[in-house]
Amino acid sequence: MTLLENGEIIADDWVFVASTERLPNGGHVVIDVERWQFNRANVLALNGPLGIQINNDFDVGLLADDLHRFDLVALNFPAYTDGRAYSQARQLRSRYGFKGKIRARGDVLRDQLPLMVRSGFDSFEASKNMTPSVFKQATTDMSGTYQV
Amino acid sequence: MYHYNDFDHQFVRDRAQQFKKQVDRRLSGDLTEDQFKPLRLMNGVYLQLHAYMLRVNIPYGALSSTQLRKLAHIARTYDRGYGHFTTRQNIQFNWPNLKDIPAIINELADVEMHAIQSSGNCIRNVTADHFSGVAADEVADPRVYAEIVRRWSTLHPEFTYLPRKFKIALSGSSVDRAAVYFHDIGLILQKNDKDEIGFKVLVGGGQGRTPMKARLVKDFLAAPDLLSYLEAVLRVYNLIGRRDNKYKARIKILVHETGLDDLKSLIDQEWQYTKISVGDVSGEDIADIQSRFKLPDYEIVESHQLQVTDPDFARWLKSNTHDHKQDGYVIATLSLKPTGGIPGDLSADQMDKVADLADQFSLSEMAVSHEQNIVFPHVKKSALFELWTALTAIDLATANIGRVGDIIACPGMDYCALATTRSIPVARRISESFADLDQQHDIGQIRVKISGCINACGHHHVGDIGLLGVDRRGEEYYQISLGGRIGENSAIGTIVGPAFSTDEIVDAVEAIIETYIDLRLDEEIFAVTLDRIGYTPFKIRLYPENFHDAA
Repeated sequence: MTLLENGEIIADDWVFVASTERLPNGGHVVIDVERWQFNRANVLALNGPLGIQINNDFDVGLLADDLHRFDLVALNFPAYTDGRAYSQARQLRSRYGFKGKIRARGDVLRDQLPLMVRSGFDSFEASKNMTPSVFKQATTDMSGTYQV
Repeated sequence: MYHYNDFDHQFVRDRAQQFKKQVDRRLSGDLTEDQFKPLRLMNGVYLQLHAYMLRVNIPYGALSSTQLRKLAHIARTYDRGYGHFTTRQNIQFNWPNLKDIPAIINELADVEMHAIQSSGNCIRNVTADHFSGVAADEVADPRVYAEIVRRWSTLHPEFTYLPRKFKIALSGSSVDRAAVYFHDIGLILQKNDKDEIGFKVLVGGGQGRTPMKARLVKDFLAAPDLLSYLEAVLRVYNLIGRRDNKYKARIKILVHETGLDDLKSLIDQEWQYTKISVGDVSGEDIADIQSRFKLPDYEIVESHQLQVTDPDFARWLKSNTHDHKQDGYVIATLSLKPTGGIPGDLSADQMDKVADLADQFSLSEMAVSHEQNIVFPHVKKSALFELWTALTAIDLATANIGRVGDIIACPGMDYCALATTRSIPVARRISESFADLDQQHDIGQIRVKISGCINACGHHHVGDIGLLGVDRRGEEYYQISLGGRIGENSAIGTIVGPAFSTDEIVDAVEAIIETYIDLRLDEEIFAVTLDRIGYTPFKIRLYPENFHDAA
């Protein structure tokens, strides 16, 4: 996996911790929805940078009241043909005003990158052979767009 | 008609270049066929039974003579010398080489055309009434709003990988010529009591294996709200539309399973936010696009009394011309349904000639219809005889519009990878059996529509007579439905009984029409007779063996 942000490859500071695993002390932790659902008070009491990973059939509106506590929301593309996460990202940005990072995980391929960028994603777990130049090319093929 | 602005030009050029690189990556093996598939589909490239097929958009049907000449050139240079006009205001080229397609896309860009989203699970080519702009009965020109929808939907980042394809159609008139009740979204223009333009919004119509008439979700959506509302509908659909079964993935199923009121409420909730994020369609934008659709300068003509002596010309006038907004002008339809021909096919030579005639008789503008014909929207009444004579010479003056020979048919198993039967030969045989145009005119208005499989691309659900091809152990059979129609009284046809073999089907269609002729009153058209007498007389004629006791 290659992580890209701002068009550059970067090291991943975030640790994804499943609800069945113990939370580490401190660090950048991405929890899953189950932990938030069943241990909400504890989760919100955690110190340090916090992220949450959600599946693409999850209603992001359920997170609305707590979004301010999260620095990162990780959305999933189980297959690049399944476009639900684009709408989740748009909702997070435009309906719920989320200002943190939105990360794309799963089937994150070159030809879908421009769509992700324009839907509000700003962090990409791409395949190993993704490079900054390919990323740049992919996201600048079209010099303009019809949508705001 | 609409002309691209600088942005549109740059956009199709960028897109052509982007697609060329994608094809290069496919040809070099960098992309697998699986990875390439959605990319090519997004640009209208299908893999058919025998070859790649390229589907080119003709947004809302508007076509200029320059564009048609380019299509002729493409057909001649890269294909086998013809093109096929579809039921969705597209033209299909059936035999291009993949390596040539980027060059074709570039040629299309030269004349303000493209193939973006003519396929794939995205918002497809937006369609509209083929009489848009000139119909005597329209409230306003729907192409202005269709163009707004075209721009908004083109490479929309959020709605490129929807659960399934999504089709939007517009009508400027309450007389529905665009089948708006059978689209994922149908928009009917109307004015409110303040004389402002808006839309009646219909959602969830469609044909295919589960035909459904669209449901009303908004009585009056003000024009500035158009895009924010569409964005809300599409977002709700993208998020909760079914993806587990592609046959249950269209929005019609969501409407059905969620319930109209619940779905409307989800849409309205989202709309509160898209109103802000998308914003209003501005008055300036509407005015700018309107100015690009400026109607031509018509000549002010004294009311023209046509001298009609030729009976063939008289017949053509009756079926192939329609009322125009402007005095002294008419709308004329070129029939792409010559007796025994392939519905919707046009050769490159015919295209060139039609383009010349459009220059001469229709101020260089045309419209293609979902009924697979070509419309000349601006013909001077005084020039009609000359036009008819010229069209007759190239076999495009068959006087059968809206008559039994004006058959809609999908490409069927002659081309299509999905089809199970050959719809084209059936269309040709029916057309031949009603070759007598006097007889067609005596029969009057009737729509025969043929689909080669359950996907219903031939619109059989909405034909007065609909034929659905079904495969039975390698034999082709046709199921007959009666009573389908578009418009305010839209209805899905009712299957009348067991299917007929391909050998029997033409006789069966004749039997239905004979029954109607026998039982009609005065000037009753087929649909009215059917409403009055019901299905039984037709069933008795088609399946006498089931009724001998009752006789």
